[in-house]
Amino acid sequence: MSRRLFPQPLDLANGRVDMSHGAGGRAMAQLVSELFAAAFENDYLAQGNDAAMMSPPPGRLVMSTDGYVISPLFFPGGDIGSLAVHGTVNDIAMAGARPLWLSAGFIIEEGFPLADLARIVEFMAGACKACGVPLVTGDTKVVERGKGDGLFITTTGVGVVPEGLHIAGDAIRPGDAVLVSGTLGDHGIAVLSKRENLDFDTDIVSDSAPLHDLVAAMVAAVPEIHTLRDPTRGGVAATLNELANQSGVGLILQEAALPIRPAVRGACEMLGIDPLGVANEGKLLAFCPAERAERLLAVMRAHPLGRDSAIIGRAVEDDRRLVQMETEFGGARVVEWLNGEQLPRIC
Amino acid sequence: MKYASEFRDGALARKVAAAIATDCEPGRAYTLMEFCGGHTHTIARYGLEDLLPPAVRLVHGPGCPVCVLPVGRIDTAVELARDHGVMLCTYGDMVRVPGSGRESLLKAKAAGADVRMVWSTLDALRLARENPDRQVVFFAIGFETTTPPTALALKQAKAENLKNFSVFCNHVMTPPAMRAVLDDGEAIPLQGIVAPGHVSTVIGTAPYQPFADRGQAMVVAGFEPLDLLQAIAMLVRQINEGRPRVENAYVRALTPEGNPKARAVIAETLTLRPSFEWRGLGTLPDSALRIADAYADFDAERRFAVPYRAVPDPKSCACADIVRGRKRPEDCKLFGTACTPDTPIGSCMVSGEGACAAHWLYGRHRDPSQRRLSA
Repeated sequence: MSRRLFPQPLDLANGRVDMSHGAGGRAMAQLVSELFAAAFENDYLAQGNDAAMMSPPPGRLVMSTDGYVISPLFFPGGDIGSLAVHGTVNDIAMAGARPLWLSAGFIIEEGFPLADLARIVEFMAGACKACGVPLVTGDTKVVERGKGDGLFITTTGVGVVPEGLHIAGDAIRPGDAVLVSGTLGDHGIAVLSKRENLDFDTDIVSDSAPLHDLVAAMVAAVPEIHTLRDPTRGGVAATLNELANQSGVGLILQEAALPIRPAVRGACEMLGIDPLGVANEGKLLAFCPAERAERLLAVMRAHPLGRDSAIIGRAVEDDRRLVQMETEFGGARVVEWLNGEQLPRIC
Repeated sequence: MKYASEFRDGALARKVAAAIATDCEPGRAYTLMEFCGGHTHTIARYGLEDLLPPAVRLVHGPGCPVCVLPVGRIDTAVELARDHGVMLCTYGDMVRVPGSGRESLLKAKAAGADVRMVWSTLDALRLARENPDRQVVFFAIGFETTTPPTALALKQAKAENLKNFSVFCNHVMTPPAMRAVLDDGEAIPLQGIVAPGHVSTVIGTAPYQPFADRGQAMVVAGFEPLDLLQAIAMLVRQINEGRPRVENAYVRALTPEGNPKARAVIAETLTLRPSFEWRGLGTLPDSALRIADAYADFDAERRFAVPYRAVPDPKSCACADIVRGRKRPEDCKLFGTACTPDTPIGSCMVSGEGACAAHWLYGRHRDPSQRRLSA
């Protein structure tokens, strides 16, 4: 019988990450083997090389990377691990692409409980499995106590775009319909409600979810889709301003058409923030020719992640590239980028 | 959303606006000041000026707590955070207001100062308890609305004998500011004032009587669009009748006597400053509060040697004229060029209640002759 490589198993109940877990020695090998490799198990990881080797399918490849620094690490409806999978899968999907592979880099602060790390890795592996996207390579670093905030994760994804699709941020045309795949602001409010210095009671949970399956159904039914984007940081307000600039159009929203949960509306009212500026992690905005909008809406509503989809506005010719909103009150207002973080009201 | 959406009914708003137009007497001008920045924000956000007849003119008032704090006070806060090594707790908007040389608490934080954004005084007290080896200073600002929480925090700190907690007190008062605006010989003559709703829940309506006695129509209003239109309708009627008085259009939140308990806590912990510099209004006597001698141990200005230095506003910045209603944001040559919410020069561009921020967010693309979406 061969000598066991690691005489003691990791203490996943009470142990903590220490500097040796990132030092390249036996402790690091044990962490990688017993925690990461075990959870993410797949043929690419099993190659055991520094670089995973894959054979790309025919078609155009897309690639995207994103860092996750969310606080708290566990929040209603999700955690940093599954979010790191969903976020990057969604960035790939917004090109109309099918996600193929993921990589992940973990920066862990010394003293981080192994039990929390194990939970996060488990959620993350579960998310990979549910998405059908293997994590093919990864990296772990440990930084001294006080030099990180528990755990940061960076994921990179590669995907392939089916033939015949040309989905891009500069492709919106005047006359296009603007659709959203569901209620706005759920993620941001769920996370805010658990911030240490805020802590209000709400049933709102994050909408963190992978959107590639919804996108696959959408592009199959309506390949004429011009643009897709997920309104994450900065919310719908930032994303629409970004796209209006990129495409050189104006956008006009109907306030009455915006799907917003009453609880989110109420929390925003209380905090003095605009739901259009609050982050989402499982929603997308879609732009397509107006005559295809009803068909696209039907397909979206038929998918479990698009049940509350709505047509919320239209693109228009506008050299100023403004995003405006026809309000329920009966006027119009500009929907601006947010400056800095949304701040609480004081009076 | 009960008590909010009912007061944002556009069809009803148009009816009230039409009634105001009917009430306006031909050839008569109705120049009204909305004192409070919260009102300014609602007016801009809902485009209320578009609904009103041309005879009704609204002038923005100085009731934005962030806007009226002068550069010298920002400098002192920055100095406390940067040079005295304290943990400085502040309400959100204050972190971006530029002081001398465009230094701000946000920039001081980036350079290593310990600046914490808090949502209430309770957060500042908690930070003091959790960090017994640090000096925690609460940067208190605001009109009478935000004064009671500061007063309660002082009482609580004393009760707990918190040695590391103090307050940098910059609370200001509404009636002296109103008086200063009306006494300003260069300002636009006003016929009436929309008085602040939340301030009045504390001070009540009696403090406005002297202004009615001076001939100003006075109506206290809430912060939804219908609240404001209702108040304007009442002001127009008062002016027509030639019988200026104090009326309450915010009955769902406000009783005429205000909140005597809150005033008692303020009276116990805070006391009048002989004089205080305001941005735009200059140095006004008996217009602000400092910490009472019985609570001197919790006074940051006494604990740390931070003498007040008055600093002039940035050159060309029109905030001073804007807070006293002499100018509108679009009259400032820095507006939208050098001064934007991302690169603010004056305080009016920072606060959500500032006239410039409101105009930037909601008003600047509006074509007043068209009153519709331009695209």
